[in-house]
Amino acid sequence: MSEKLIVARGLTKTYGDFVAVDGIDFDVAKGESFGFLGPNGAGKSTTMRIIGATSVRTSGTLTILGKDPEVNGPQIRAHLGVVPQQDNLDVELTVSENIYIYGRYFGLSSSFINKKIPELLEFAQLEEKKDTKVQALSGGMKRRLTIARSLVSEPDILMLDEPTTGLDPQARHILWDRLFRLKEQGVTLLITTHYMDEAEQLCDRLIVMDKGKIMAENSPAQLIKDYSTKEVLEVRFGSERNHEMVDVLRPLAERIEVLPDRILLYAEDGEQLLEQIAAKGIHPNTSLVRRSSLEDVFLRLTGRSLVE
Amino acid sequence: MRKASRYGTLHVAEARIRNMFKWVWIILFAAVINPTLYLVSIGIGVGSLIDANKGVNGVSYLTFLAPALLASAAIQGSSDEVVFPTMAGFKWERTFFGMRSTPITARQISLGIFLAAMVRTTVSVVIYWVVLYVAGALESDTAWLAMPAALFAGAAMAAVMLALAAKIEKEDFFFMIVGRFIMIPMFLFSGTFYPLSQMPVFLQFFGWISPLWHATEIGRYLTYDYPLSGPTLIMHFGVLVIMVVVGLTASFKIFATRLEK
Repeated sequence: MSEKLIVARGLTKTYGDFVAVDGIDFDVAKGESFGFLGPNGAGKSTTMRIIGATSVRTSGTLTILGKDPEVNGPQIRAHLGVVPQQDNLDVELTVSENIYIYGRYFGLSSSFINKKIPELLEFAQLEEKKDTKVQALSGGMKRRLTIARSLVSEPDILMLDEPTTGLDPQARHILWDRLFRLKEQGVTLLITTHYMDEAEQLCDRLIVMDKGKIMAENSPAQLIKDYSTKEVLEVRFGSERNHEMVDVLRPLAERIEVLPDRILLYAEDGEQLLEQIAAKGIHPNTSLVRRSSLEDVFLRLTGRSLVE
Repeated sequence: MRKASRYGTLHVAEARIRNMFKWVWIILFAAVINPTLYLVSIGIGVGSLIDANKGVNGVSYLTFLAPALLASAAIQGSSDEVVFPTMAGFKWERTFFGMRSTPITARQISLGIFLAAMVRTTVSVVIYWVVLYVAGALESDTAWLAMPAALFAGAAMAAVMLALAAKIEKEDFFFMIVGRFIMIPMFLFSGTFYPLSQMPVFLQFFGWISPLWHATEIGRYLTYDYPLSGPTLIMHFGVLVIMVVVGLTASFKIFATRLEK
């Protein structure tokens, strides 16, 4: 068993009557890439803030690197790299200066930081922007700078809260590539996301959260295996007919989910199911066979889609 | 286990000062141009009339006015330098939340902002003093003591404004209120241009709660033979000290609460 960096038991956070995190248990091992998947408001960011030693839990126990964040907040934060959901760079300063001042917050020496800056700029692909004010950067560049900045202290755990929300597809892929490199280097990653593809790409193991609770925990592949079929057939009959087709289709599939615009039919072999449907004289307007994803797992667990 | 830096306050101030350097020419220009305008218009314009009428407190009007102008500049500078960075830190750019995810504590952030504001205020006050000196407004051997008195006023105001700016979550009316109902009345009713005793008692009240008046009285006492009793002097210092202590204590608490969200 590899070393446990984070151990949470019965972790709870309430704001008045509202329970944001509802008694969750999880462990994160060294070098692991661990994800929190769930819709907005599931309690992911709150959990991250508690782990980041910036928010105090209401009850339960939590140890990070063997210490309690409530008691040893600053020492724990000295080991963490934090990429928040909303960028909080100093927009008046340049790219290099932002990394510099952030390193100083960790008490690092100027010479150490100045040696580190070119390396981080290269990692973030921002070498040419080093003397540009942050104000002038694109969203993707700011994100990459925020990640580069968080690495200046060579953290043991890198925490990313919704790292690619608001980025265009190309910027997301560049970012994923960078995060994958960190993972290969053995950095422990903690990621929250409501994008299933992001969770599948980056996480070794994840917990699916909803309304402050853990719905399931495993590797992405195992979760799909446990909670869904191998394939999914998506059919559309147009908004008028979708509902009347449900009863006809239900006996044919292992499981059926009706979304506002389409019907999902779960089966081991999607093509074969489509042929069966056609043989019954049913012809959807459009059809698509795909592999099951974490989106389907979430739908199964909560009856709702991730992105609403 | 790594150690958290003990110098977090200094690191925060360092970042702020780096930021100020982006505006260094504007800051320096304002530090020179504002006193010059006041000196020419009020000091020399109004002053020539008053001096023809035997001056104030037995000294020239410029000598009377100088400690007040200096303290007023300190208050304006220090207050700007805590209000805007605090608004930016919590709301506009959220930089405080970035600092808070490092070993830096909420208290270090608030103290760092305060410290950096005082560094800028010191620079402004020294420049202002030199302008006043060159203009002949400072005659006595102890005239340099107007500088610490002004800085004390700046510190008192900065501490209070730091807490206030941290407390304000919706700034819509904040700047209007601060500008029109705090800064300008304070400037006009703190015995800046004439002794506070010239005013009816109910208007003197503004002076009593104003750091500008207390610092001006101290400044006058230190720069010429302005009569002040020992207890009065202690009272003036006391008010400023209380403002610094209360302002900073409140801001530690407000910063911690707001950064925990």
